[in-house]
Amino acid sequence: MAVDGILQAAAQYRQSLGGRVHEAIVERTFEEAERIAERAVVREGEARKFALDLALDRVLTSRVWGLPVMGLMLAAVLWITVTGANVPSAMLNDLLIGQGHPWLLSMFGSMGSPSWVTGFFVDGVYLATAWVISVMLPPMAIFFPLFTLLEDYGYLPRVSFNLDRAFRWAGAEGKQSLTMMMGFGCNAAGIVSTRIISSPRERLIAILTNNFSICNGRWPTLILIGTIFVAATAPPAFAGLVAAGSVLVIAVLGVLMTLLVSRVLSRTILKGEPSHFSLELPPYRPPQIGKVIVRSVFDRTLIVLWRAVVMAAPAGALIWITSNIIVGGDSLAGHFVGWLDPFGVALGLNGVILAAYVFAIPANEIIVPTILMLTLNVARSTMAQQGVMLELDQTATRDVLVNHGGWTLLTGVNLMLFSLLHNPCSTTLMTIYKETKSWKWTLWSALMPIGIGFAVCGLVALVWRLVT
Amino acid sequence: MQELKQVPKACDACGSCSAGDRIVPMRRIEGSDYVIALAGNPNTGKSTVFNALTGMRQHVGNWAGKTVVREEGAYKFRDKTYRLVDLPGTYSLLSNSVDEEIARDFVLFGRPDCTVVVVDATALERNLALVLQILEITDRVVVALNLMDEAERHGIKIDDRALARDLGVPVVPMSARSKKGLLELAATVADVVEGQVALRPHRIAHLDPELDKAVVSLVREIEKEHPGIQNARWIALRLLEGDVGVENELRSGTLGKPVHGTLSLAGGQ
Repeated sequence: MAVDGILQAAAQYRQSLGGRVHEAIVERTFEEAERIAERAVVREGEARKFALDLALDRVLTSRVWGLPVMGLMLAAVLWITVTGANVPSAMLNDLLIGQGHPWLLSMFGSMGSPSWVTGFFVDGVYLATAWVISVMLPPMAIFFPLFTLLEDYGYLPRVSFNLDRAFRWAGAEGKQSLTMMMGFGCNAAGIVSTRIISSPRERLIAILTNNFSICNGRWPTLILIGTIFVAATAPPAFAGLVAAGSVLVIAVLGVLMTLLVSRVLSRTILKGEPSHFSLELPPYRPPQIGKVIVRSVFDRTLIVLWRAVVMAAPAGALIWITSNIIVGGDSLAGHFVGWLDPFGVALGLNGVILAAYVFAIPANEIIVPTILMLTLNVARSTMAQQGVMLELDQTATRDVLVNHGGWTLLTGVNLMLFSLLHNPCSTTLMTIYKETKSWKWTLWSALMPIGIGFAVCGLVALVWRLVT
Repeated sequence: MQELKQVPKACDACGSCSAGDRIVPMRRIEGSDYVIALAGNPNTGKSTVFNALTGMRQHVGNWAGKTVVREEGAYKFRDKTYRLVDLPGTYSLLSNSVDEEIARDFVLFGRPDCTVVVVDATALERNLALVLQILEITDRVVVALNLMDEAERHGIKIDDRALARDLGVPVVPMSARSKKGLLELAATVADVVEGQVALRPHRIAHLDPELDKAVVSLVREIEKEHPGIQNARWIALRLLEGDVGVENELRSGTLGKPVHGTLSLAGGQ
C-alpha cells in the first residue's frame, strides 16, 4: 500500500537524520519561544514577584508540614460543616417534616383520598424527599463552597504535589492524585478526568481506584452517621470535633486504600513502571468569593440535591410499595431484608443496610433515607401508627436506628466503612464503561470495592465482637 | 487597565469598529457562521474566556487539567453566530495523552475558522511553545494574552505589539476574569474570520537541509496519497519524529478526512 511506502520512507529518513528529529524540532520550538518572549516581556519589580506565593508554598508543599497542614485544613472544613449544619438542618426538618407532613396528611384526608394513595405519596414520596432536603442541604451548602474556595485559590495541585511521592510508591502516575481529588467531588467526573493520564495502564489504575475518593453523595451520609453515632460516644463539648474526626479518618482511609490498591494492581494484573510527569503549581489566585458561592450552590449543591430528590422519590415509592405487598405473612421488602439479614449481621451491618445499598445503586445520596424508610416499614405494624416518622431530626433518627433497627456503635462504624468501600453508583459505572469500553473492567470496578468492603467490615465485626 | 485602552487593536485599522458592538451569548447552538477553537496551556483561563463569551457556567478550576472534554457554546457578534469549542488545556500538540489528542485533532481536522490561543501573560515563554506549534498548523490564529491583571500585580509588563509583530498574528491583551478585553477579542476574531487582517504566521525555520529535503519529499508522497490534504508539512514532520499516533491515523485513513462538524459531540461530564 502507498501508505506503507510513505511510512517506510519516513523511517528511512528518520534513520539517516540520526533519529534526533523530534528533539531537534522541540529544541527549535523552545528556542524560538524564548527569543520571542524575551523581546516582548518587559519586567519590573522582579524582587516582589510571587514573594507571597513562594512563602506559602514553602509551608503548604513542605516535606514536613505539607501533609499535616493538609489534614488540618480538611478537618477544619469538616468541623465547620458538621457544627454549622445543625441549626439550619433542625429548622428545615421542623418545617418540612414536623409541620409539612401533618399538613399534607390532613390535606389528603380532607380530600377523601384512599389510604393507599396517601401512604404512597405522603409517607413514601414526600417523606423521602423532605428528609433528603432537610438532612443533606445544609451540610452541602457549607461544605461545597468551602471546598470550592480551596480549589479556586489553587490548593488542589499542591495536594497532588504532596502526594506525588506516595503515588510513585504505589506504581501509579502522580497525576492520579489530581483525578483522585476530582473524585472527591464526583467519581464520574473523576473518571472522565483520568484522560489527563497518558499511559493506558496507569489510567486504568486511576479509574479502578477512583471510587475510594468519597464523593458528594457520600459526604452527607458520613457526616450524619459520624454525628449521631460516633460523636455520641464523646462528651458533648467535643462532639463536633469527634464527628469531624471520624469523617476525616474515613476520607484518609480512602486515600490510603487508593494507594494500596494501586500498588497491588500495579504489581499484579496491571504491571509496569510508573512514568514521569511534570506538575504545574498555579499561582495562588484570590478567590472571587461571591462567584464561588453562587457557583458551588448552583453547580454542585443543587445538582446533587436534585439528583438525590429525583432518586429518593421513586425509591421512596418503591419501598412503600414493596413494604405493603404482603406475601406469605410478610411484605416483599420484609422478605428481602430478612433474606439478607444473616449475612449483613455477620458483617456488622444488617439486612436493611444491604437492601438499602441495592435500592441506592442509582445514587449514593439516598442511602440513609432508604435505610430509615426500610427500618420503619419493615417494622411497620408497631411503628407507623406511633408516628415516629413525624419528627426525624438527628436525635430521632438515632432513636429509630437504635430502638427499631437494633443498631450499635459497630453498625455505625461499619456503615461508614461500607460507605467508602462498596460499588460505585450506576452513573459512575456507565462512565467507566464509556471510558474503558470494556465490560470486564467495569465489572472489576464494581466487584473489587464490594469485595474489599465485605472483607473489611467482616474483619472489623469479628474483632469488635471478640473484644467486647 | 489604562494601558489596554491605549493599545491600538486590530479592529482600529479596519475602521469597522463601532461603539455598539456587543457579545450576545446564545442559549442554543443551532447553525453557526463560524467555528472558533479555544486552545491554550492548562490553567490559563480558557474556561473563563469560554464562559464569558458564551454565557455558560462551565466549572472553572485553578488547576492544570480541569477541562478534559471538549465543551461547546455559542455567541453572536455583529450579526454573525460563532460556535466556540473549548479544548482541553495542553502544553503541546504531540498527542501524548487523550486530552492532547482531542485538542490536536480539533485544530488539525476540525478546520476551525479561527483558533484562539489563550496565553498566560505571567508565563509567556512557556506558553509560546504551544502558540508556535499551532501556527505550524493554521494561519488563522488570535493570541488572547490573558491574566494581564495578574501580570501587572507581579510587575510584569508585556509589549503586545512587539509580540504580535513577531508572531505575525493579532495579540489581544485581556483579563477574562474581570471581563476586560473581551470585546476586543471578539472583534479581532471577527476580523480574522472575515479576512480583514493580514496574517503572516511565524514559521520555525528548521535549518538542517537534510531535514528540509526529507520534508519536501514526504509532503509530495502524502499529497499523492491524499489529494487535497491540508497540513501535509505538519504530518511529514510528525512522521519524521516517529509519532506513532499520526502513523496509525495515516494508516487507517482518518488523517485524510476532513471532520468538520462531525466532531461536534458536545462533551458533557
